[in-house]
Amino acid sequence: MDNQQSTTNKSWETVIGVEIHIETNTKTKMFCGCSADYFGAKPNTHTCPVCLGLPGALPFINQEAIEKCIKIGLALGCSISEHSLFERKNYFYPDLPKGYQISQYRWPLCTNGTIEIDGEYGKKTIRINRAHQEEDTGKLTHIGSETFIDFNRSGLPLVEVVTEADFRNSEEVRDYAKKLQQIIKSIGVSEANMEKGDMRLEANVSVRPQGQEDLAPYRVELKNINSFKFIGDAIDYEVERQIKLLEKGEKITQHTRGYNERKKETFLQREKEEANDYRYFPEPDLPPLSVAKEEVEKIRAGLAELPGKKIANLEKIGVSEKVAVIITASDQKFDIFQEAITKIDSAEIAPLATFFVNQGSKSQSAEELLELFKSVTQQKSTQIQDEGELTKIAKEVIGENEKVIADYKSGKLNAVQILIGQLMKKTQGKADPIKAKNILVKLLS
Amino acid sequence: MSKVKIDINHIAKLANLPLSAEEEKTYDKQLTAILEYVKHVESVDTKDVEPTFNVTPNKNITRKDTASKSLTQDEALNNVSNKKNGFVVTGGVFENE
Amino acid sequence: MSDLTQLTLTETISGLEKKDFSTEELNGAYLTRIKKLNPKLNSYLFVNEESNKIPAAIKDIISVKGMPLTCGSKILEGYIPPYNATVIKKLMANSVSVLGKTNLDEFAMGSSGENSAYEKARNPWDVSKVPGGSSSGSAVAVAADLCAFALGTDTGGSIRQPASLCGVVGLKPSYGRVSRYGAQSMASSLDQIGPITKTVADARLVLNWIEGADGKDNNAVPNPKSQIPNPKSIKGTKIGVPIEYFAKGLDQDVEEVINTALNKLKDLGAETVEVSLPHTQYSVATYYLLMASEVSSNLARYDGIRFGKDRSKFGPEAKRRIILGTFALSAGYFEDYFIKAAKVRTLIKQDFEKAFQKCDVIAGPVSPTVAWNLGEKISDPLTMYLSDIYTLSASLAGIPGLSVPCGFSAGLPVGLQLLGEYMDEETILSVGEIYQSATDWHKQKPGLN
Repeated sequence: MDNQQSTTNKSWETVIGVEIHIETNTKTKMFCGCSADYFGAKPNTHTCPVCLGLPGALPFINQEAIEKCIKIGLALGCSISEHSLFERKNYFYPDLPKGYQISQYRWPLCTNGTIEIDGEYGKKTIRINRAHQEEDTGKLTHIGSETFIDFNRSGLPLVEVVTEADFRNSEEVRDYAKKLQQIIKSIGVSEANMEKGDMRLEANVSVRPQGQEDLAPYRVELKNINSFKFIGDAIDYEVERQIKLLEKGEKITQHTRGYNERKKETFLQREKEEANDYRYFPEPDLPPLSVAKEEVEKIRAGLAELPGKKIANLEKIGVSEKVAVIITASDQKFDIFQEAITKIDSAEIAPLATFFVNQGSKSQSAEELLELFKSVTQQKSTQIQDEGELTKIAKEVIGENEKVIADYKSGKLNAVQILIGQLMKKTQGKADPIKAKNILVKLLS
Repeated sequence: MSKVKIDINHIAKLANLPLSAEEEKTYDKQLTAILEYVKHVESVDTKDVEPTFNVTPNKNITRKDTASKSLTQDEALNNVSNKKNGFVVTGGVFENE
Repeated sequence: MSDLTQLTLTETISGLEKKDFSTEELNGAYLTRIKKLNPKLNSYLFVNEESNKIPAAIKDIISVKGMPLTCGSKILEGYIPPYNATVIKKLMANSVSVLGKTNLDEFAMGSSGENSAYEKARNPWDVSKVPGGSSSGSAVAVAADLCAFALGTDTGGSIRQPASLCGVVGLKPSYGRVSRYGAQSMASSLDQIGPITKTVADARLVLNWIEGADGKDNNAVPNPKSQIPNPKSIKGTKIGVPIEYFAKGLDQDVEEVINTALNKLKDLGAETVEVSLPHTQYSVATYYLLMASEVSSNLARYDGIRFGKDRSKFGPEAKRRIILGTFALSAGYFEDYFIKAAKVRTLIKQDFEKAFQKCDVIAGPVSPTVAWNLGEKISDPLTMYLSDIYTLSASLAGIPGLSVPCGFSAGLPVGLQLLGEYMDEETILSVGEIYQSATDWHKQKPGLN
């Protein structure tokens, strides 16, 4: 497949935009007081007139959901709109009790953000068009000729994050989705658990002749995909399928496709036809939102550190990027590590990080981690203690890291941590870190 | 907004409204007359006029994220004509797979 | 003891307090009268024999737990709401019980009561005439002494117009004064629940009971101006008379009755000033575009899955408005229709704001004519829509409107409409109450046997 793509890519360019839905972790639903803690509950036990769409029921905005949507917006560098409105998206489906979904369209809460991704394709900035607030639908199960409906999920708060069509391949999409998941988890607004459906991926895929500036006259929506792997596979399959059709001179029309994981194929779900005129209009049951600047700043101040920043900080103290990514992937791991490093010599930070990751981050507390770490390092009879040998290796490291040395000499004392990391790597972690550090500092002064 | 013709068939489909041929004819005629009448709003000068969607002074009126009692399953399903094992049931929904 | 049914709400409460009669006697008297007259008037769709407090008639678009809710439509046949509307909770907290659910135009869409999918309600003053709509059954119940008071809903005149045509008092509160929670929405940005009563003093009392935010209607205004329990003097009150409400189309006899009423208010110390509401001529078009758009969305929940029957069971007017509204919102027309109408709505609202710089209340007719014959306008929807010309603007502006009986034309009641500034129910209630203290029109009863 990779071969095929690289040959076809000479004449065709893939264009992808991504929409990701995130169910935020409020206590109650978006517009009613029903408990949002519905996972595993009996069907239709978390409902009320509002989320069942009974005659006369009206929505009422959940403050917490709005705050969480703003947090997501801020984490993505969005502007928070001073004037924002809910609108109704009108369509008929049995999982949509009111016959419309309360969503945002012309006046979204958060607009114009970015996410940086980094991979074999290089560093890339993905533009976020918007992050808006909406509500979830009920859950359908199709059995034979019948459809079973559970409205427990109906009305849960969903934030939809929409990118510009900035992606050119499935790798970028996968990295973006992973990065977004990491951010969402780190700011604590959702578990972003894909299996539970907290996070759902959609990609709009089209291809155009290489060099063409205009977007293709169609796009295919890939919907309801619940893993990073599958979204990549689905996109790869879809791109190949579209190129084949276009090369045969066929026209592709706007439509929605699902992904069959077993067959590893996309399949037609819904033709985009006239029935998709959503007739958005301002939700007359809800007053406008107008979030004051001070309120936004308050929320901004309360935001947890973002993973990108956390990773950069760990790198500064000598932890390799790869290890840093693993440690920052969970708040718990990160907190344990942060606490542990306050109790050790700075030279031990990089080895501790590597140790923590190698043991599968099993330690449940900083104390437990340090105890294990020390017992293991002390047991190491093979540890390199010889100053002559260490000096030799340290000189090698200094010779290979001119830029780091320059940084160090210009005052960035933390740069020494990177050198220790390199030295540990060279000795496969066997060097006595404290001795190694002393030698490095001496050589550099 | 000059001469507007309603495509009743298309609109009825959007509105999920089953109409008989007779009804289609009647509504076509009546709605053409109504649209002909409402056309005169076109002549109002609304340059620099903001639309009114909500007449209240309300802004940022939100509720606290505290749970209230839900309906019981029985209450929720009381008016449902087709139900099974606590689920609401409807005829098969079109979805390819 | 059938004279108990003739008491106003205020008199009823005082009688109960003084133990002149019991709630059993009170409800018994009403139930007896309903049994006798309802087959002729079709005011009630459902009667609650268990009613045991101050008996109220509730428009059957408002949910009462455990009592059938039809909204005047076949689509809801068999539906029993599992919850009470906020207004019902509030009434119950004030010793009120629901005596029954009253007839209406299907989903509150109509001006004559004839769009009900059930037996049509009739005007107690002449059963060959329409009672007005859409709160037809509620107005009839009050006019025929079939309840102590009633609740209706008003989206474009549905409380004021039937109150006028039946010779009773009807108050549409400011939008946001009363929680709409539990009343099936017709046009959410316009709907308000309000009282239909025998006197203005009764309307003041009921408003006091039902007003206020409830954490359920996000548009209910948290701190509306407070009400005072008694009318304030109207000496020096400036009454604006809009020239557009006395133009072509207003029945001459009705005009005469209204002018007499205005003179009476002058005798009582008020002053009249001419005002202009120049965008009145666009109110019907503006209203029908916005209302129908909202209707098309509000009635989308009727799919027969969670309650009720399938969508073929909508009546003709509901279908007509769903089609019009779906069209006005559809791709390519939204800007020209919906947004354009929302802008004209701003101008209509500004008309009132300008007029209220010159006056304290605005007065005029509720309806251009008195009650018309059953069947007269039903096949011509546009003519029917045009009969709402004097009530629609206030709905679009969100301001309060009161209909007060002020005389008769050809033996049928005429109502005086009093419009107030946003959230200023106080002034129109005071003008209405002082007018009633000096006139007897509200004491006239239809000759029913």
